[in-house]
Amino acid sequence: MGYTLIEKLIAKASGKKEIKSGEIVFVSPHRVLSHDNSSAISKTFASMGAKKVWDANRIFIALDHNVPPPDERKALNHKVIREFVAEQGIKYFYDCGIGICHQVLPEYGHTLPGTIILGSDSHTTTHGAFGAAGIAIGRTETASVWAIGETWLMVPQTIKINLHGRLKKGVSAKDIILYIIGQLGADGADYQAVEFYDYLEPHLSISGRMTICNMAAEMGAKTAIFPYDEITGEWLRNRVKEPYESIKADPDAEYERVIEYDLTHLFPQVACPHKVDNVKPVKELAEIKIDVALLGTCTNGRLDDLEIAAHILHNKKISQGVRLLVYPASQQVLCEAIRDGIIEKIISAGGEVAIPSCGPCLGAYGGILAPGEKCISTANRNFKGRMGCKENTEIYLASPSTVAASAIAGYITTEA
Amino acid sequence: MKFEGRVWIFEDDDINTDLIFPGKYTYEPLKSEEMAKYAMEDYNPDFAKQVKKGDIIVAGKNFGCGSSREQAVTCLKYAGVSAIVAKSYARLFYRNAINSAIPAIKCPEAAETVFQKKPMKISIDLAQGKIFVEGQEFFFLPLDKQAILIFEAGGLVEYTKNRLIREGG
Repeated sequence: MGYTLIEKLIAKASGKKEIKSGEIVFVSPHRVLSHDNSSAISKTFASMGAKKVWDANRIFIALDHNVPPPDERKALNHKVIREFVAEQGIKYFYDCGIGICHQVLPEYGHTLPGTIILGSDSHTTTHGAFGAAGIAIGRTETASVWAIGETWLMVPQTIKINLHGRLKKGVSAKDIILYIIGQLGADGADYQAVEFYDYLEPHLSISGRMTICNMAAEMGAKTAIFPYDEITGEWLRNRVKEPYESIKADPDAEYERVIEYDLTHLFPQVACPHKVDNVKPVKELAEIKIDVALLGTCTNGRLDDLEIAAHILHNKKISQGVRLLVYPASQQVLCEAIRDGIIEKIISAGGEVAIPSCGPCLGAYGGILAPGEKCISTANRNFKGRMGCKENTEIYLASPSTVAASAIAGYITTEA
Repeated sequence: MKFEGRVWIFEDDDINTDLIFPGKYTYEPLKSEEMAKYAMEDYNPDFAKQVKKGDIIVAGKNFGCGSSREQAVTCLKYAGVSAIVAKSYARLFYRNAINSAIPAIKCPEAAETVFQKKPMKISIDLAQGKIFVEGQEFFFLPLDKQAILIFEAGGLVEYTKNRLIREGG
């Protein structure tokens, strides 16, 4: 019997020849990722009696959650991280404004196919878009990895998902993953790895694969991977300096389940409050008026996401009273979007373009909802109170084109 | 590493972290011993009063689902629970259990047998990966020997501390 992709990646990172699902092994990651929580992690690190990090060249920190810091406490938090970075000589530190950790890591060539990326953030699954295994761990564990360079992992079983068909106009990767989460449920992949195979015509872009892997966390997946192909290679060509291995699953690998989806007839989807698996086609919704439209974040803040929204917003105005908040995933994305005239179209339509960061997705600050308000968002969670206010607020998750069309209409729709 | 303990049978699936450690206490600065007083409060209010050192919890599927809160593990550990046997765990609870040095054993066959026979006590051999229920033996995948070292150290913070001392870091 052959091996799944995650079995091979974990075996490689643990130095073992043979492993099987259910087994616990120690792995050393190619990169360990953290963000504004690095301050708390550095305190636990010190409580372990650790003085120097195990490898200053394999730790990656990007400040993205509270950017720029809204108050003294959060500013101090950033200061503590900068001091730790300087003292430890951490090589890959990306300060406020450069972008969201899951976008910056691949953009700067840190996500290599065939490797394990451990991250102190639940959406570390995003890195599976590059044939790597992105796996979330806790803060205490991250501190331990900083100190000793490894942590334990249980080898998961794998669900294989084959994506077939040709998407209708206006349907995108976000609609695919919302639909799948709706089908499998919020714990549909708990403790399991997911291997996605892209048989779509045309194939998904790297950006679309990142959206799907990012949201796989919302069905409990430990990791979600699109195996390396020519699309991965093309994207990485001028970004990655190191050699890498394009590892693939064996043809006779053992899967927990194999699921086939023909997506030719898929319509735009929306995850309704307050659970990500409460998914319906947009056309089945009653006319739901919105106050805020959020475009961007680590889920859908890339160039093609902004471009499709700009295309819909071009020469139009958003509905009176609606705020369209735009959070590009990184500085690189923002600069390209400025160059291509995308940002101008969005601003002319009435959008507010912010500094690349997590923004109001997690309700830290910036774009917080008022009591009773409703938001259509391209982000990844619609839990009650997620955007900072619990009082009768509602968050609906959808694709960039649905969000742009809804901003113009003033209610949730796909028709601009 | 064989030990015996009294059994608490929690037959339901999806016992979540709120039932194990209520959300209203999560932002209170409690010591570990104080957390133990609220263990299982919203699921079995008698548990915290009656639990004894060495007791074993036997539960259904997806034990510890919901939040990532580490208190759900800490409260059981400081209440005296020596091990949990369940049909399955939510991923973050399972990780927190190992890092806090409380054995969380996945063994659906043993759990089902305990639900049917309702024994007073069961025994567990961690090193050999065996559970003994009224004369019947059940096997589970033993932990990797390195993970056992985390147990023996008393958790991940202590384990890392010891390793750094040993390696002269």
